[in-house]
This record gives sequence, C-alpha cells and structure tokens, in this order.
Amino acid sequence: MFEILERQDMADGTVVLNEISAPLIARKAKPGQFVILKANETGERIPLTMADTDTNRGTITIIYQIVGKSTALFKSLQVGERFQDVIGPLGKPTHIEKLGTVVCVGGGTGVAVLHPITQGMKEIGNHVIAIIGARNKDLLILEDKMKASSNELHVCTDDGSYGHHGFVTDVLKDVLEKEAVKLVVGIGPVPMMKFVCSVTEKYKVKTLVSLNPIMVDGTGMCGCCRVSVGGKTRFACIDGPEFDGHEVDFDELMQRLQAYKEQESVAYEKYLHE
Amino acid sequence: MTEKPPKKKKIPRQPMPEQDPQIRKRNFEEVPLGYTKELAVKEAERCLHCKNPSCMEGCPVSVDIPGFIKNIKEGEFSKAVRKIWERNALPAVCGRVCPQEIQCEGRCILGKKGDPVAIGNLEKFVADMEREHGNGELPPKSDPTGKKIAVVGSGPSGLTVAGDLILKGHEVTIFEAFHKPGGVLVYGIPEFRLPKDIVYSEVNTLERLGVKVECNTVIGKTVSLDELFEQGYDAIYVGVGAGLPRFLNIPGENLIGIYSANEYLTRANLMKAYLFPEYDTPIARGKDVVVFGAGNVTMDSARTAMRLGADRVRIVYRRSRDEMPARSAEIHHAEEEGIEFFLLTAPIRFLGDENGRLTGVECLQMKLGEPDESGRRRPIPIEGSEFKLECDMAVIAVGAGANPLLTKSTEDLKINKWGYIVADPETGKTMKKGVWAGGDIVTGQATVILAMGAGRKAADSIHQYLTWGW
Repeated sequence: MFEILERQDMADGTVVLNEISAPLIARKAKPGQFVILKANETGERIPLTMADTDTNRGTITIIYQIVGKSTALFKSLQVGERFQDVIGPLGKPTHIEKLGTVVCVGGGTGVAVLHPITQGMKEIGNHVIAIIGARNKDLLILEDKMKASSNELHVCTDDGSYGHHGFVTDVLKDVLEKEAVKLVVGIGPVPMMKFVCSVTEKYKVKTLVSLNPIMVDGTGMCGCCRVSVGGKTRFACIDGPEFDGHEVDFDELMQRLQAYKEQESVAYEKYLHE
Repeated sequence: MTEKPPKKKKIPRQPMPEQDPQIRKRNFEEVPLGYTKELAVKEAERCLHCKNPSCMEGCPVSVDIPGFIKNIKEGEFSKAVRKIWERNALPAVCGRVCPQEIQCEGRCILGKKGDPVAIGNLEKFVADMEREHGNGELPPKSDPTGKKIAVVGSGPSGLTVAGDLILKGHEVTIFEAFHKPGGVLVYGIPEFRLPKDIVYSEVNTLERLGVKVECNTVIGKTVSLDELFEQGYDAIYVGVGAGLPRFLNIPGENLIGIYSANEYLTRANLMKAYLFPEYDTPIARGKDVVVFGAGNVTMDSARTAMRLGADRVRIVYRRSRDEMPARSAEIHHAEEEGIEFFLLTAPIRFLGDENGRLTGVECLQMKLGEPDESGRRRPIPIEGSEFKLECDMAVIAVGAGANPLLTKSTEDLKINKWGYIVADPETGKTMKKGVWAGGDIVTGQATVILAMGAGRKAADSIHQYLTWGW
C-alpha cells in the first residue's frame, strides 16, 4: 500500500505531485478532505488536503510545496517507492450545493485543494468563476485543469509575467462588482485567505476557507490544530478544515503556524547537509 | 480472618531498585530497574497464601495471584507468567501501570499491619523474565470457529478482547487509527514508565497467536462499522478510548507553548519528539513549565517536561493534596525528581507576548468548601488573591472526554449526554446489534486495568453470542 504510482515536478521544482495507491481512502474521499502522511519510521505526520482521487485506480493525489524537511523528504520519494503511512480521509467534506454563481479563488498550492471543489461546484450546476494566482508564471499550477472545471478562469501573477498583473483579490473585486455571487471559496496562503475574506466581507458574500494549521493525529485527539472561529476554539481536523472565513482569526492562525519555526529550520538544514 | 500470623521471622517488603532521581529526571529510561531472581523469590516468600485471597477480589480481571506467587517462590517463573496469562494478556504492562495500592495490594492481609506483598513488582518480574529469557511458547488455542471479529482500537481493552477471542478460536482483526498499535500505552504513557518495546512485544505475541493488526485505519472515516459487517465480520468491539482533550476554557489558551496533555505526550511518546532532530517531530523544550491537573497524566506530563530539560516544573491544582487523583507512587516519583506543587491554585488567564507566545499565567488562590458531586471538597476562589506565574510552556492535563469521530458517523450507536457509548456494564453490549464497547469510551477516562476488565467481560459476551446467538 501507499506506493507512488505517478510523480511530477511542478512550479519549477518547488511543488511536487504524487499519485499514491490508497484504495480504501480513494473509495471514501470527498472534495475538501485531507490525509495525513508519514514518509518513514522517523518521519513527522503531515496533513495535506487531497487534490484528486481516482476510485478506479484506487489512488489519491497530493500536491505540496517544498517548505521544510518533511516535504523535502516526500519529494525525494520516487515512483515505485512508498509512504510508510497514509491515514484518511479526514475532516469534513466541502458542502457542495447548487447556489447560482460561485467564485473559487486559489493561490499557490491552494489551487490544488481548490480544484476538486471547483469541479464539484460546477458538476452540481453552479456557474463557476475561478481565479487563480501565483508569484510568477513559472509557479502557477493546474491552469488547464482549473480551466476545464470552471465556466470562466482568471489567472493572476504578482509580477505580471502572465495573465492579470496583480493579486487574485483585484480580480475578485471586479467579479463581485459585476456578478451576483452566492459563495466564494478561497484557498491559499493564510495572508491571501485573509485578504479574500476582507474583500468579500464588504460585499457580504459568504466565504469558505480551508485552513492548514499544524496537526498531529488529525482525528480530534490532541487539539494541536485549534483555531479561533467566531470567538470559539474549533479543531480544524474534525470541525474543519473548512470554516466560514469571516469568522476565522487569521492572525492567530499565522502565529500558531510559526510555533516550531526554529526547530523546522534546524531539521531542514540538517537534512540538506546529509 | 482465620489466617495465622507468620511464624517465621518476618521478611520486610523488598524495595524495587530504581534509577537515582537526579539522574533519571534527565533521561527517558525506565525508572524501576526490576527485581532480581533473588529479590523476587524473597518477596514471594512473604505471601501467606490465604484461603480466601482478598487480593484476587481486588483484581478487575481476577488473576490467580497466590497461584503465580507460589510459582515464583518455587522458582517456576515460566509457569508463573502462564498462570497470569490465563486471566491477563498484558502482565508486563499491568505490573507497571496498575494502581495496585487500591486493588490487589490494597486488599493484601499483610497490609493491615505492615506492607502488602509487592504483587505488581512480582507481576512485572515474571513478565520481563518471559520476554527476555522465555521459550516463547504460546498458550493453547481452541479449534477454529470460522467467526470473524473486528476490534476497533488497539489500547488495553482492545488488546484484551483480541487476546481472549483468538484463544477461543475466532479470527480477530484489530483496527488502529494511528500508525502504531498500543493506543494510550504508546501515545500516552511515557517511555520511562512503560517502555514502548514492551508494548510492541505484547502486541507481537498476539500477532504470533494469529491476530491481524491493521494500522492507519480510522473506523468511522476510512471504513464504517456497517461496512465491517458487510465485509463479513460477525461481531465488533469498540474500544477507542477517551480521545478528546479537555481545555481550561480561559483566555489566551491558544498561545504558542500551551499544549493539551494528549498533544504533548503524543509528540513525546508516539512521535519520539524527545529524540528530535533524529526524529522529525518537534516539541517545545520549555525552561519554565506549568502543568495543570493532578492525575497520572499530569505527573507524566510534568516528568516528561523535566526530562526535556526544564529548569523548573510546577504542577498547579485547584484542590489540595488529599484530592489528587494520581497514584501516590507517581506523585512520589514526581516529587523526587524536583517537581513542585502549587496546590489550591486555579488558572484564570494565560498571558503572552506580541508573537503570540506564552509568557505566564494568572492564577487565583483557592480554599476548600463543602464536598461537591464528586465527593471531593469544592474549591472556592479567595477574592483578591490573584498572582502571576511566569512560564514559557504549559500543559493542560485536566482529563479527556469522548472523541465523537466514530460515534457521530454511527447513528444507531447510542451515546449518553457526555458522548460516551451506552453499553451494558456486565457484558459491554451496545444498543447496536453485534457491537460491543468498553474502556474509556464507555466509562470516561479511567485506568488501563479497568479497560482490560471491560474487555474481558465483553470478550466473554462476544464468545457467548458467537456460540449461542444474540
């Protein structure tokens, strides 16, 4: 189990796609749910929201950015090699329903998580406008797939090397001005999600975000992934990972993501030297 | 009460050799070093072999205690462990973590006038002898019945059910959500109290008997209970534990540096974060640590923090020493290792810096009033007694509740208002046909041996069901 069947470098090698054999998980997984992966005996448990599943092949697909030792270790695994442990599907699936016009906004590897949700939203009959962004053209992922799973796709780059020159939130504002949008789904780096929510709040459009706090077990057992939502503490692993973005305390989330910054760089340095 | 006092000269209770507190407080090696053969035999000779042994009445799984002690006295260590196995599949675990002082040893007749027989130490001794020097001979198994049982959760109650039912000839598969089996024995109880190799060795014995162990399987998510029945399982035992951390629900609780005991201990024990960066999982190494609570898990957390290099570890508890639920041996060990107790003290809010990191906790002093529902005297705040404790790390070890993951995905499994599964206390039968439950998910957080006791009763009931029907 958990053999890597496909592997692809994306975004200039900063992002990797793995299609992993995990029939039990593939059979159950729904858009918005995540898995926890552990590369080897000494590895860390890393939560990643699934980018795709294939019940016929019995596989799940994850797409992740290399940010430290654990993701670098994942990257080093080749086709035919295995993850020692994959657990899931975890978390609540995205509530997909027919609403009218839905805007799906994705940044960085958040686009990978957004893709199955976008697809689901379109399949159920929504008019789906997708907005995806990256720092530059080379870092952009899944443009073709997002095009196929939306009715309308806008692409943005921070440096203007491709598509709209600027942030996803610029385009989002334009869309919200012109269209009667029922729901916005925003998934990406925490600052991006925070900005998306501050934009949609002005237009009073309900906004879902998918949070990525640090986790250990992913089954509600440890409380490591606690986030403040509407002034209450919630566990992203069992109450989320999706929440009403207008209620999320993003500043607290950003701080909590820094909890192990020092240890993370120690581990990464050590890994790069070995 | 017809036993005659021993005529021979009285042998005192043989003390357990232990690592020196000053050394052990900085390592993760086991604290007790174990009896030698000579010490064990000498201790066994103290047993009076009462006609009606009250020690056995004190044991939730009714181990033949005088029987195995007699074997030790005669130097038949291998026979002794097999005698225990008749009632208890996990003697190496129970010899270490059972609260003997309120169970078997608490009932020992010798305890009335002096020290009871060190039953726990003797149990640990024979189990360790078997693991290290035994011939590996397994207990006999009944003929195959063709019945399949799924055990959900590989903690003490699940392992007990699996061990009992495999011997009765059934096929048993254990499903574990984590990547390693053992449940609380692996994620919760620290290495220095229960070395993980011992747990894996106990699980390995079950596997050699034919039990299958499927890790990384979250029942309720990866597979549902009904799907297990569809896959041909004839009965299911649910022993998923009390895996929902309780927090204090005071301001500032999400500051960096504040852990639930579940998280702190899981990082340290299951993920081996104490070996970081050899292992990849990080853990905060607080210098000035405060731990809230007064149970065994509180002691485990405080002692772990000390071993991870803290200069100072303080346990903060809102009642007094008399109300502390931890075993006296654990409190004693913690004190020996330099852990301080702030009793009659309750936290009211956490304080942090601009980066969201913990810097202290504001507390109130308490006094004791009338007993509350739990029978313990209720703590009452003393007005104007606020004071601040500086700390850079805190662990909240005030108990755990029912994890809703499985019960929420299984509608016909009846739960009570606290989320625990409703099960017959005598048989473990739930309101869902073919499903039994036991351990902390039924009773709320309790001890390893009580979970094993529940497992034993459920295993008997499951066997009866598979033989005679519901």
